[in-house]
Amino acid sequence: MTTVDRPVAAGRRSGGTARDWRRWPEKAGAPIVLALVLIGGSLMYGDSFASRQNFGNIALDSSYLLLIATGMTFVILSGGIDLSVGSLLALAGVLTAYSAQWGTAAAIALPLLVCAAFGLVNGLLIGRARIAPFIVTLATLLFARGLAFAVASEGNKVHIIPADLLLTRLGQARWLGVPAPVWFALIAFGLGALLLSRTRFGQAVFAIGDNQEASELMGLPVARVRILVYVLSATLAGTAGVLIAVQTSSGLPTIGEGRELEAIAAVVLGGTLLTGGAGSLSGTLAGVLLLKVIQNLINQVGTLSSYYQQVVSGTFLIVVVLVQLRLARRRRR
Amino acid sequence: MTDLRAARSVRIDVPAFLQVAGVYLAIFVLLAFNLMFTPNFATVTNLRLQLVQVAPVAIVAIGMALVIATEGIDLSVGSTMAVAAALLPLYLGYSVWVAVALALTAGVLVGLVNGSLIAFAGMQPIIATLGLLVAGRGLALVFADGRLTELFDPTLDTLGNASVFGVPISVLLVLVVTVAAGVAVYRTAFGRRLLATGGNRAAATLAGLPVKRTLVTVYVLSGLLAAVAGVLTTARQGASDPSFVGLLIELSAITAVVVGGTPLSGGRVRILGTLMGALLMQLIIATVIQQNLPDSTARMIQASIIVAAVYLQRGRRAP
Amino acid sequence: MTFAAIEVRSVHKHFAGVRALDDVSLSLHAGEVHALVGENGAGKSTLIKIMTGVQRPDGGDLSYQGRPVSFTRPRDAQAAGISTIYQEVNLVPLRSVAANLFLGREPVNRFGLIDYRRMHRAAAGILARYGIAVDVRSRLGELGLGVQQMIAVARALSMNARVIIMDEPTSSLEPREVDLLLGVVAMLRDQQVAVLYVTHKLDEVFRACDRVTVLRDGRVAHSGPVAGTTRLRLVAAMLGRDIDQVRRHGATTFGDEQRDTTGAPLLRAEALSRRPVLDDVSVDVHAGEVVGLAGLLGSGRTETAKAVFGVDPLDSGSIRIGGRRARRWSPAAAIRAGLGMVPEDRKAEGVIADLSVRDNIVLAALPRITVGGFLSKRRQAALVDTFVKRLQIKISHPGQKVRELSGGNQQKVLLARMLCLHPKVLILDEPTRGIDIGAKAEIQALIDELAGLGIGVLLISSELEEVVEGADRVLVLRDGAVVGTFRGDEVTEDRIMRTIAVASNEAAAAKDDDD
Repeated sequence: MTTVDRPVAAGRRSGGTARDWRRWPEKAGAPIVLALVLIGGSLMYGDSFASRQNFGNIALDSSYLLLIATGMTFVILSGGIDLSVGSLLALAGVLTAYSAQWGTAAAIALPLLVCAAFGLVNGLLIGRARIAPFIVTLATLLFARGLAFAVASEGNKVHIIPADLLLTRLGQARWLGVPAPVWFALIAFGLGALLLSRTRFGQAVFAIGDNQEASELMGLPVARVRILVYVLSATLAGTAGVLIAVQTSSGLPTIGEGRELEAIAAVVLGGTLLTGGAGSLSGTLAGVLLLKVIQNLINQVGTLSSYYQQVVSGTFLIVVVLVQLRLARRRRR
Repeated sequence: MTDLRAARSVRIDVPAFLQVAGVYLAIFVLLAFNLMFTPNFATVTNLRLQLVQVAPVAIVAIGMALVIATEGIDLSVGSTMAVAAALLPLYLGYSVWVAVALALTAGVLVGLVNGSLIAFAGMQPIIATLGLLVAGRGLALVFADGRLTELFDPTLDTLGNASVFGVPISVLLVLVVTVAAGVAVYRTAFGRRLLATGGNRAAATLAGLPVKRTLVTVYVLSGLLAAVAGVLTTARQGASDPSFVGLLIELSAITAVVVGGTPLSGGRVRILGTLMGALLMQLIIATVIQQNLPDSTARMIQASIIVAAVYLQRGRRAP
Repeated sequence: MTFAAIEVRSVHKHFAGVRALDDVSLSLHAGEVHALVGENGAGKSTLIKIMTGVQRPDGGDLSYQGRPVSFTRPRDAQAAGISTIYQEVNLVPLRSVAANLFLGREPVNRFGLIDYRRMHRAAAGILARYGIAVDVRSRLGELGLGVQQMIAVARALSMNARVIIMDEPTSSLEPREVDLLLGVVAMLRDQQVAVLYVTHKLDEVFRACDRVTVLRDGRVAHSGPVAGTTRLRLVAAMLGRDIDQVRRHGATTFGDEQRDTTGAPLLRAEALSRRPVLDDVSVDVHAGEVVGLAGLLGSGRTETAKAVFGVDPLDSGSIRIGGRRARRWSPAAAIRAGLGMVPEDRKAEGVIADLSVRDNIVLAALPRITVGGFLSKRRQAALVDTFVKRLQIKISHPGQKVRELSGGNQQKVLLARMLCLHPKVLILDEPTRGIDIGAKAEIQALIDELAGLGIGVLLISSELEEVVEGADRVLVLRDGAVVGTFRGDEVTEDRIMRTIAVASNEAAAAKDDDD
């Protein structure tokens, strides 16, 4: 402790060294629960759970959600929300299958560009026209789903991605025994983490979610950052859509419903404040894995129908937020 | 002060006008369009069909309007409908009334959980009801084991498909709910508390209003109305379909509320406007379908309307 | 000095037909601290917003460093070297101190990634220069407001600001924090920064400023060197009155009769404690008595009021109304027991802006005007009519939205809301803050009148003279504890101020002993 010169250091609110241990549950909560669930699952179900094969399934299943949740983390940290990602995922998938007839490049570029354009529209309406994010992305949710159905001839026509296309070989490949989507998700996650914690853009995302007015007065390009955040989220959702389409060799306009909620749940489980300004991508990773491991465990229990997944996910979301609120309240005391 | 007032009345505030009257104007235009260009539009059968189809959304939207007036949101309405629908066949064996009562009780319970999480635990409405959206649908599927169950019950069939003096029962129900909500909001102490809570929660607390009770009540109402809509839909279809009943209805309901002129910022509500908002959305879908345009077009139009409506509202929040 | 650092000439600004600024000119010079004073609504904030590019003037022009400029965004003004320190600290509380200092211009390495080590070192260096000893990695929001404000100043300076605008920077600071901040202001002057110091505390004008400009109703009412003026002249300019008039009347309209306040108290709050804001505070209010709570901001005045009214939970202590002990205490219970409170923050805790005047007035009296849950229009109209007349609330009709009313009339609506409950004891937290002189006088007279009718009043005000002239008995609070009680003739501004000062010195001394 500095005893020499602390005329103002003794702030009105508690400050100093004690803060670190009081904040740890919000940071470490999801990883700890994840570890407990993993241990518990292994003890209860042994090899049927803790097998290489099963973990591979969990990883593949998590990769799509991780992509979406990474974008969602940026959006939520900036104080917004993006409900359109599930629909964009479907739209991207349909577009991939549709444009596969023109080759791999088109099948990647078209869906990603369209999704980015949707993100741009979201961002412009939210960042420039200042409409509530919730409403804007709700509208995009409807619009993108509608467009997906329109492209897929109202769901009557299923475009198939040819198996001999480079895209298929790329997307269904395994490198070092790990499926391609997992690699893509990890790369996106890594780049996202770097973007968030080590760039000015990332700092601005935090600042805007924390106090938008102050960020504006401090000269941050608030509108631009908010626009970019939605473009990022939409593009990542599109990437997930492309990957799913390639995995299944087709684009279905019905997929991805409710994915936005799952992503939000993962982000919040990971300790990011839904009001923005505080949180982390590593938490989101833990949140994603936690959700998927629990879903996997429910499938392990033969007697439980898979519908319990939803019951548990929803309950879990509420419980975690309740705990967050409790901790926050105690800290404020 | 006086010159300010005069200035305002001279220049017509277009966004303000559209926010209040836009929904009526749009309905008028669409009706006129359909009367002119859609064959068989102005038949009793068709109009009745439109009204019957809009009934569940309208009922849910009115509950949603009350919730939005408290600066909240209820995303769980669709799942609540599913829970209600899933419970019906389970208890139909005892008596249809027992089954309906239990379905409605389930709606009340969902509302109670939502309301308690929001009022007592201080959770954000969007998160609390999101949790129940996910969990509720799962619960409904668990109850029904994920299956569609056909129901053959004369009472339910009457509720869903019969008419009184030519007016379908479900439409009458919508009217009753609308009038009751209107009276509650504009004529009762509850309505005043609702608006005060939504307008300024701290002030409402300091004025000694039972803010938490008001919040819980509002979510309970929303849950109850959603359950009513769930029962109604099931009765009309003659089948309980927990995977699809009420899917995405929260979006339609929110759209109806917003298009009807209720701001998302709380403290104000338009009950009749909400009903009209629901009608407008139904009319758009009907028009699109009757013009042989695909369903997907209807969704895209609906989306554009949501954005336009909120964009207009936005201009009004300025002062 | 060749040209002004920043200068506005003949600026006009209107909002929805209301004139906010009318032909205002002001010039700020390097190495000069210029005070800008005026009542709420005088146009101070509008002027600042125009100087910083938040708003654009309708007419007139702005020049910076001798050249005409026109800022379209706050960023432009800031990039040019004009920084603003707002009264609510405008930083991001969940981020670290260092992040706040460097937001938007974080030091990066050659890959464009933020170099945290360099950032933390630089941040520590900056803070050390101003004698602020905090860990630069701690969350800003966990620090005291004074420190946060100093960090805002440090941020501005480290961005090479040539003009710093401080908007009521001391309004929520402790005295020693104020001293420190004024020290920094002096430092700014030495560094040839031009400072616009917006305040309503005359004290600080004379302590720290070189020139002073007084705004009133959007016009410049006075401008000149501080050395050549007097407090009285500034007060007169702010109030738009003759100096002689101010001298004759004092600033309040309280009567000076002494009321008899023996017998059992209506309200007896004993040993209220709530860590860390209240420590063993006891307050009695008798019928017809006005009890003042004096003390600095954060001394526990508002906290006492809120505890008595059941807003915040207590750790310990008891509250009795008319001899009956309160249980399950909440605002609703307090109102049922015969208490009423008009809160300090009118906008955030008082009016419901979207509701009408009528709805706002009857809000707390709903049970009284309903039959079986339904509102009785007749009873409602009667109630509203009575109080609109009695308090002379200026409205076009009872259905008018409260947001359209002036601050003074909004305050009267809040008073009416409580008065129509016929309370035995009324708690008034800053009842005249931020309202116009006329309404202020009326409310002060009303407080007198209410006491005359036998209502007990607990009056909180940051204006000493209001407490001194209005209250029969004054409790002085400091650090959440009562440090002095005065009654009758003992109640003088001088005594109260000395009590606060002595208490703080003693407390400081005691603390020093502890260390």
